[in-house]
Amino acid sequence: MGYTPDLMELIKKVDKTRPARVERKKAGIEFQALTLDERRDRLEKYHPDFRPDALRELRVGPSKGYALAQEFADAFESRSRVDPDSIHLEEVHYETDVLVIGGGGAGTAAALIAQELGAKVIIATKLRHGDANTMMAEGGMQAATKGWKDSPYYHYLDVMGGGHFENDPELVKTMVTEAPKAIGWLEQLGCMFNKRPDGKLFTLHGAGTCRKRMHYAGDMTGAEIMRTLRDETRNRIKDIGVLEFSPAVELLMDDNGMCSGAVLYNLETEEYFLVKAKAVVMATGGSGRLHVQKFMTTNHYGATGDGLVMGYRLGVGVRFLHATQYHPTGAVFPEQAEGLLITEKVRGAGANLVNIDGEQFVFEREPRDIESASIIRECTKVGKGVPVPGQPGKFGVWLDSPMIDLLEGEGTVEREFPAKYILFKRYEIDISKVPMLIYPTLHYQNGGLAYESDGSTVVPGFYAAGEVGGGVHGANRLMGNSLLDITVFGRLAGESAGKFARERGDVGKLSVDHVRKYHKELEEAGIDTDRVSPMVLPDYGNPEVRKRQWTTTYVGTLR
Amino acid sequence: MSTAEQAELRGAEAASVEGAGRTDLVPIFIMGKRYNVPSTLTIQKAFEFAGYQLIRGCGCRGGICGACATVYRMPGSAKIHVGLACQTIVKPNMYLAMVPFFPANRAVYDLEELKPDAQTLLKYYPELAKCMGCNTCTKSCPMDIPVMEYISAALRGEIEKAADLSFPCVMCGICASRCPAELGQYNIGIMTRRITGRHVKPRAEHLQDMIQRIESGRYEEPLKKLMTADMETLRKLYVEREMEPHTADEMWEPEIKQFL
Ligand SMILES: Cc1cc2nc3c(=O)[nH]c(=O)nc-3n(C[C@H](O)[C@H](O)[C@H](O)COP(=O)(O)OP(=O)(O)OC[C@H]3O[C@@H](n4cnc5c(N)ncnc54)[C@H](O)[C@@H]3O)c2cc1C
Ligand code: SF4
Ligand code: SF4
Ligand code: FES
Repeated sequence: MGYTPDLMELIKKVDKTRPARVERKKAGIEFQALTLDERRDRLEKYHPDFRPDALRELRVGPSKGYALAQEFADAFESRSRVDPDSIHLEEVHYETDVLVIGGGGAGTAAALIAQELGAKVIIATKLRHGDANTMMAEGGMQAATKGWKDSPYYHYLDVMGGGHFENDPELVKTMVTEAPKAIGWLEQLGCMFNKRPDGKLFTLHGAGTCRKRMHYAGDMTGAEIMRTLRDETRNRIKDIGVLEFSPAVELLMDDNGMCSGAVLYNLETEEYFLVKAKAVVMATGGSGRLHVQKFMTTNHYGATGDGLVMGYRLGVGVRFLHATQYHPTGAVFPEQAEGLLITEKVRGAGANLVNIDGEQFVFEREPRDIESASIIRECTKVGKGVPVPGQPGKFGVWLDSPMIDLLEGEGTVEREFPAKYILFKRYEIDISKVPMLIYPTLHYQNGGLAYESDGSTVVPGFYAAGEVGGGVHGANRLMGNSLLDITVFGRLAGESAGKFARERGDVGKLSVDHVRKYHKELEEAGIDTDRVSPMVLPDYGNPEVRKRQWTTTYVGTLR
Repeated sequence: MSTAEQAELRGAEAASVEGAGRTDLVPIFIMGKRYNVPSTLTIQKAFEFAGYQLIRGCGCRGGICGACATVYRMPGSAKIHVGLACQTIVKPNMYLAMVPFFPANRAVYDLEELKPDAQTLLKYYPELAKCMGCNTCTKSCPMDIPVMEYISAALRGEIEKAADLSFPCVMCGICASRCPAELGQYNIGIMTRRITGRHVKPRAEHLQDMIQRIESGRYEEPLKKLMTADMETLRKLYVEREMEPHTADEMWEPEIKQFL
């Protein structure tokens, strides 16, 4: 393994320019940062969101006329996976007070709080409970918890600035004022945040913060939160049931116009079944696996934007979905690590980005979107990208990690970035000696379903929480605010859903008329398509194998 | 021609058709059945290359969720190897199977009532006492966690040590699948971590202080001002906010204390 001979040859060019670059850095001479005007120009010319064919106006549904990425538009302008006429609405398989769709951080927090209000809860989730983007978050969780230097006031300003001041003020206020409580709740549940001996929580800066308020648990903060929440639901097994490998594909209404459950799909037996519920919390997370503009992604396998589609068909609009967050440094080599996040901290520690000739082409601490646009420019317009072996037409640039040891002393890379150091070591690449090949990668769905600060939406009985929702981060989320978002709004949505379920009388006659209506709208808009959504799982099958899948008719569940 | 020979031939053919330009296909045996896959793939991607649509055994695809535990053996050796399918690169002629689920004992408990001692753990997981110190768990952990050590620490009542040692556990379940004493090590591990987080580590007092400050309503007015401020004012306040230096001491204080 390791780099191919061709790449090793190219790395020599990086080695050659490195001593001079290190010297400049030591002397405090940085690559020229872009001016605000240049930044705008770079974004408009090279950021994927600004490509002329990037966005397309929706022709149906509550946000008709809103332009967003083709992949999203395709998902919205699709038919249901099930024919509404074939659903037996009188045959209900599960009944519960609150149905939570999605067993990630937001969903699990909602389930716990709803249960505390006396609700019986079902969590329906696509893969295993906890197989979610929440599990993958490494960096940390923001909250203003240190009264001698910080407050929700400053947190508010930071969130707004990060989101280009377009965020929903009410949502932001709720998030920053609930933040310390969210951390306190996790602490109470036994989350092992890094602490000083006196109990004081460690906090770090994140990009765009004016105070150090990023709380963390080692370099696996999300995993620590996720597994703790999951563990707690297992203690409440009497009241919280978890249905794994059972993604929801459509929502149910009743004849009083209230959301009343969902149609689930058993991935293993390929049958559909119904859950009737007095309130539903949508918490299906992000959509990196839609591979907007064919970009690779840092997201987990089940991040296919299902909740957006289900909620949209129900009549809930979307916002800030036009802005996609690309992380500038995703691994492109070796293939096994493709899309994997290389943390911003590597650039923070001084590593340059350089092209095929070993030349610097951008200041390494520009904001995420500028950095991404510059890398794309270098690989396209400028034509100085490094070809990715075995993947014709694909390019990357070098992230010169060996500089870090030269700047900060031997062993720094290994000490500061243990997870990535070990990972690349497995592929026989020593990132303290050779650079990493990287390219921007799809990271976060900035927008989503419109919801209020109590998690409610325009449809009674239907709540949304977490990455599936949009508004709190505006057009650009800052690192560490998402783990916060899901804990705060997961809890609030759980509380609202629990209360709603308690006060709601019996569920009326079940209906999927909203799906029929949506199909009709598609037809009226002249959208004649055999596309179906939600996607549920991405298709990474081998096309050559597919050509030999000759089955004409499904017999039983045998393909 | 024997079936094996034909399978091999089929492999060579696949190399020229599927691989277009790829001459690096190697045979692997998925649950005993031969497939020819590019030598650079992870086991997870090799499954997909072979034509599988993964449902079980695939979560984060990044080595942290523990969904893809895999066991394998190489020809000519009795040794059982383990790895995460999304992190392990195929080896020619490996015989492999995923273990996407393993039924380990999971106690139901009320965290508030737990104590950081061995008795508590033994009450919920009596099998803990049966550990025979064989070290199989440590040898089989894909995260290189000293599993037996955290189990013995737990048994000695060194809860915090068990918590720290087990911290990187991704709960893949391989240790439990191999344990002759039938322990579910990772469930015991998370119990020690939750006890540590809840009952051993001191509480963050500044956190409670801040919660009280917020509940006292002291930020309501300033926040309302921000929420209703026009764009220009907001931008100005944003640009002018005082920055805590990167190298500042923990107890650093800003000059402007009005909004704290
Ligand atoms: C690599 C990585 C690093 C990150 N680092 C940070 C960080 O340091 N700090 C930070 O704040 N944020 C970070 N984030 C972002 C953050 O982790 C996520 O935005 C957040 O965890 C989303 O939580 P969620 O509960 O909304 O969604 P998820 O945690 O993704 O959970 C959604 C769940 O819903 C399930 N699901 C999907 N579709 C269906 C369906 N149809 N039916 C039923 N279930 C379904 C999924 O399988 C999943 O279990 C990171 C993200 C990634 C990918
Ligand atoms: S301790 Fe056990 S469950 Fe945890 S990572 Fe190691 S083998 Fe997997
Ligand atoms: S495998 Fe089981 S018996 Fe052996 S050391 Fe580990 S816990 Fe003890
Ligand atoms: S898929 Fe998550 S660890 Fe392999």
